[in-house]
Amino acid sequence: METNFFLLAVLVLGVTGAVFAVVLYFVAQKFKVEEDPLIDKIAEVLPGANCGGCGKAGCRAMAEAFVKQGDMEGLSCPAGGPAVAAKVAELLGCAAGDAAPKVAVVRCNGSCANAPAKNRYDGLQSCAFAASLYTGESACSFGCLGLGDCVRSCSFNGITIDPETGLPNINYDICVGCGGCVKSCPRNVLELRNRGVKDRRVYVACRNTEKGGVARKACSAACIGCGKCEKECPFGAIKVENNLAYIDFNLCKSCRKCEQACPTGAIHAVNFPPRPARAPEAAAPAPAAPAAPAPNQEA
Amino acid sequence: MKTFAMGGIHPEENKISTSAAIEQMPLPKQVVVLMNQHLGAPATPVVAKGDKVKVGQLIGKAEAFMCANVHSPVSGTVNKVDVCKDPFGMAKPAIYIDVEGDEWEESIDRRPEIKRECNLEPKQIVDKLKEMGIVGLGGATFPAHIKYSIPEGKKAEYLIINAVECEPYLTSDHRVMLEHAEEICIGISILRKALGVPNAYVGIENNKPDCIAKMRETATKFEGIIVEPLKMKYPQGAEKQLINAITGRKVPSGKLPIDVGCVVSNVGTTFAVYEAVQKNKPLIENILTVTGKHLPSQHNYQVRIGISYADIIKQAMGELPATTGKVISGGPMMGKAMCNLDAPTVKGASSVLVIDEDEATRARETACIRCGKCMQACPMGLEPYLFSSLVRNGRIEEAGEHNILDCIECGCCFFSCPANKPLLDEIRLGKNKMRAILAAKKK
Repeated sequence: METNFFLLAVLVLGVTGAVFAVVLYFVAQKFKVEEDPLIDKIAEVLPGANCGGCGKAGCRAMAEAFVKQGDMEGLSCPAGGPAVAAKVAELLGCAAGDAAPKVAVVRCNGSCANAPAKNRYDGLQSCAFAASLYTGESACSFGCLGLGDCVRSCSFNGITIDPETGLPNINYDICVGCGGCVKSCPRNVLELRNRGVKDRRVYVACRNTEKGGVARKACSAACIGCGKCEKECPFGAIKVENNLAYIDFNLCKSCRKCEQACPTGAIHAVNFPPRPARAPEAAAPAPAAPAAPAPNQEA
Repeated sequence: MKTFAMGGIHPEENKISTSAAIEQMPLPKQVVVLMNQHLGAPATPVVAKGDKVKVGQLIGKAEAFMCANVHSPVSGTVNKVDVCKDPFGMAKPAIYIDVEGDEWEESIDRRPEIKRECNLEPKQIVDKLKEMGIVGLGGATFPAHIKYSIPEGKKAEYLIINAVECEPYLTSDHRVMLEHAEEICIGISILRKALGVPNAYVGIENNKPDCIAKMRETATKFEGIIVEPLKMKYPQGAEKQLINAITGRKVPSGKLPIDVGCVVSNVGTTFAVYEAVQKNKPLIENILTVTGKHLPSQHNYQVRIGISYADIIKQAMGELPATTGKVISGGPMMGKAMCNLDAPTVKGASSVLVIDEDEATRARETACIRCGKCMQACPMGLEPYLFSSLVRNGRIEEAGEHNILDCIECGCCFFSCPANKPLLDEIRLGKNKMRAILAAKKK
């Protein structure tokens, strides 16, 4: 008796399984979705971090966009960089785009020393929330709040808040320029800029558009919009608008004349070798002194 | 005795400045008049540097729909038209006026006699409110002329006067009722006429028996003013809660009070309405409570707008006590701590509350124990603990499905949380993000 039941169960399940397998096979054939196998191949090459730096929902969506377009015009994977671009170009059979690699830079120099705290904030540890309430612990309503929205937004764990300066510290070995932190910052303190030759960058580490006196009162290293850098720049890369200088990284040739001219040390030049010693008469008016004590966020 | 149905808390009252009569704040050397003292777009300055202005002269004109006129609170010379940092450090357009004497516009009736008759038509009353720059003084500073222009197809059945003053510490409405009950009743009659409703209900909490008695006695001389004592519970002064307490109606999610036939005005606003309509006086003054447990004296001041908080503090106590932790504009529940005391006061400012350091610091946050106290306390029937975790994990749209935008930010959840979780902060952040999502969808 027991054996019969056992056999019956095996038989019934086996037969139904076989019937469903056949049905499923034909259904799968009938309703097959035609998909370019190239999408899978490209998706495999992409980093798979789904950081969204390309502007697409994720790596798979980016692979679909590549295949749909057929070339790499206007599409680039910031996380993958040139290596991934070359592989994708090979799969697509087109030329790799020559997008300059980008990194995020912190355009604020409002460290605890430069922009001392005028009040104490003990609310929710979120920049977006603090920015909706008030100016922040320093008197500058444009600068970094230091509550770490960018730290939490980074898909690659490349940002920490420096306890000494209270500003974000970006690890440039990790940063791929996906722009996640740029989107997360409610004060627009972070900006994507060209990584630069040998990682050398010159930028204005300030976002304050208030009049010089007001800005300086809040932060000793603020851009006061004096325009000295604009006059000094031989390449026309600097514009002062709304009391704030901006260096166009596509025009900048990294000569560092602006850095020397800046009276407040708002312009940062990073990863440059130390300046050669000058002739004594030239060194007198403007040595690199104002910029030197400014905390270097590039570490 | 009536009160609202759902949620609510009982914070310590601390109404220690009740017995301080309203004093006049002396004029400083300079006042700064911000151009956005109301909900909506800033007014456009209509004076320039060097112009002479009189008290009550129009200096900021309302050009957008959601905007209110701004008038000069002092007489003197315009020093500059520039920006000024508000109490939270944000730069706002403003007019700086150097004070010279105290010369008023001739059209303003400054006689002490009370003017009782009002022969204006409803439309003329609303126009008058617009001209005089009247805004709601309950806190939201909603332009009054928009509130009293009932949209097509809707009908007001109830006029509700909010004299609840449920925030701890604040006593400005209390003092106004005691000192200007008759003017308030005239103001209510004017608003009743503007809306064409038979009755106005004045909601007063039962912790102010002297106000209830005074208002009842005065109201007998007027038609259609009913004083409604209410059982104490915070946040009874919130519009939707007050409507529920008095009429039993519930404003549905995403709707306005007028959708259930109600218009709610603060009692301070009715006094301003009286002065505007009967005396031609624009909104240039606030009644402001200056209070704090550790202060040597408590005050209620009549303050011209544009006088800085620093000047008020100097007049009231000389210097802030050394142990001051926070100076709050508004009450302890919904007010905001200020970081820039040099900022000027604006329309609707109700208090300067000085809190000691030991009371000002937040307690350490611990984990949520799912006790549900926040849900019991929420007067809107929401689930604050849920919003907290949804917002922390970036699930904003889900929070929106649970009606996060219905939150009135009364702070009951945060007050009742035994784990000291910053529930209200998270909900406010979630609301901001939800509004941004909705705005993006509209585009």
